[in-house]
Amino acid sequence: MEKTWNNKAWFMVLPVLLLVAFSAVIPLMTVVNYSVQDTFGNNQFFWAGTEWFEEVLHSERFHASLGRNLVFSFIILAIEVPLGIIIALNMPRKGWGVPVCLVLMALPLLIPWNVVGTIWQVFGRVDIGLLGRTLANLGINYNYVQNPMHAWFTVIIMDVWHWTSLVVLLCYAGLVSIPDAFYQAAKIDGASRWAVFRYIQLPKMNRVLLIAVLLRFMDSFMIYTEPFVVTGGGPGNSTTFLSIDLVKVAVGQFDLGPAAAMSIIYFLIILLLSWVFYTVMTNYDAER
Amino acid sequence: MSVQQDTLARTSGRPEAEQHRIDKALARKMRKRGDESKFWWLIPTVYIIFLMLPIYWLINMSFKTNQEILGAFSLWPQNPTLQNYAVIFTDPSWYKGYINSIIYVVMNTVISVLVALPAAYAFSRYRFLGDKHLFFWLLTNRMAPPAVFALPFFQLYSAFGLIDTHIAVALAHCLFNVPLAVWILEGFMSGVPKEIDETAYIDGYSFPRFFVKIFVPLIASGIGVAAFFCFMFSWVELLIARTLTTTAAKPIAAIMTRTVSASGMDWGVLAAAGVLTIIPGAIVIYFVRNYIAKGFALGRV
Repeated sequence: MEKTWNNKAWFMVLPVLLLVAFSAVIPLMTVVNYSVQDTFGNNQFFWAGTEWFEEVLHSERFHASLGRNLVFSFIILAIEVPLGIIIALNMPRKGWGVPVCLVLMALPLLIPWNVVGTIWQVFGRVDIGLLGRTLANLGINYNYVQNPMHAWFTVIIMDVWHWTSLVVLLCYAGLVSIPDAFYQAAKIDGASRWAVFRYIQLPKMNRVLLIAVLLRFMDSFMIYTEPFVVTGGGPGNSTTFLSIDLVKVAVGQFDLGPAAAMSIIYFLIILLLSWVFYTVMTNYDAER
Repeated sequence: MSVQQDTLARTSGRPEAEQHRIDKALARKMRKRGDESKFWWLIPTVYIIFLMLPIYWLINMSFKTNQEILGAFSLWPQNPTLQNYAVIFTDPSWYKGYINSIIYVVMNTVISVLVALPAAYAFSRYRFLGDKHLFFWLLTNRMAPPAVFALPFFQLYSAFGLIDTHIAVALAHCLFNVPLAVWILEGFMSGVPKEIDETAYIDGYSFPRFFVKIFVPLIASGIGVAAFFCFMFSWVELLIARTLTTTAAKPIAAIMTRTVSASGMDWGVLAAAGVLTIIPGAIVIYFVRNYIAKGFALGRV
């Protein structure tokens, strides 16, 4: 749509600007403040320069949680995206099945995140949980509290349970926007099931898939509550992702300097990703 | 792509009656286009069962006593009891959690949508100095990890004496919900042709009157979708909500963490509390079910 140049539009944006500035810029400045200062208590601060940044960037602990987080994000993307596409392709397009599928599939998205954690904590327990009990009866010595591999398995399957529906809903939205004429044409040409997917459905889902991949990547990069409830970051540090580590440093140890420096590095990584996301999206829009 | 267009051109050239017959035959075939086999429904069914099992287990537990949960292992409650729910509905420290959560979620939804409406209109209709940078900056707030903001928020709201109030949580959640609402509403507003605005101005409508009387009804479904997502993200967030509250405005999700008593975990009550947090979401989804898919696509969430 052709847009007119009008700087008075700023007045309409002003409320949003003030509100978000209050809830984003001021807190962010506090973080910046802490990241360059040190204190011995008594609210007396002195300049520390880039000391904290160097400390965080060189700390193995930070590298480890960053690495874990990247591996985690990669695994859940590799499972959720193909699974989401397959389910979306097989969903009914009309009739009573549509609202039933949509409502039931969207349900995990609306459960508070710590309740998601609680559900899986209970579900996986060997003494009272269905999953834990079943696995134990199959002869698998399943224990997510002590075995790091089992903890990872639980956290990943929980994320698949929680968020695959988002990918499904996005892909479904892309699929239903394909006009029937496209399928008719494919039918007349005798196109195979794969060709229909590859040349009609996939191009139409491109855009929503991009949104799905990037949203899932970013949200999994910020994951905190669910693994915190289920494993508490353990056993050991095996499921301590970036956010969990950050809260440990900031609230647990109250090391404001390192925590603030870590926040800023963390935020810069996400900012870079958002920028890539935004550029790819807008370029894609411009091409069409 | 060219092959398809070619075919489209070919089919549209046929006589009408024949075309109609082909259409009907194709429509019949296409009903099962999800897959060539008859078992396409298997995949969504298995997926839904996978989604429902853990939820069913929670519901199952909520109707059992603690002895039954820890003692006999059963797929459904042997002696169904409402005791766990009775605990929640009679103890103010429990049910007030639900009221607190709903108060700040509704406050946040109303604030987010009201503030986002004019901004989304500006982004969808006008170009102005720094508009693209502003839009990107708003977007980055949606991507900001709550863990980064928890501590600064606590200090900021302490300074204003707002700790443990509903408005503090509602305002803090605006951090990610306002950008989201702007984003969704801008998507819907861009779908409304600009000629409608111009015609209204020629007809002598002032801007506020046009906006409320004509424009808002046109994007009503967009407002619904935006409100749904604001509700959703405010309802599920815990880290910030827990940091900003102590007792008076404590959300239910945070209260649930205190079920560890001297005699061990109170699993039954925990399960009942969990089930009750799913219900508001389920109700909201039911009302917006037809818009969810559309909102995800158009709103570019």
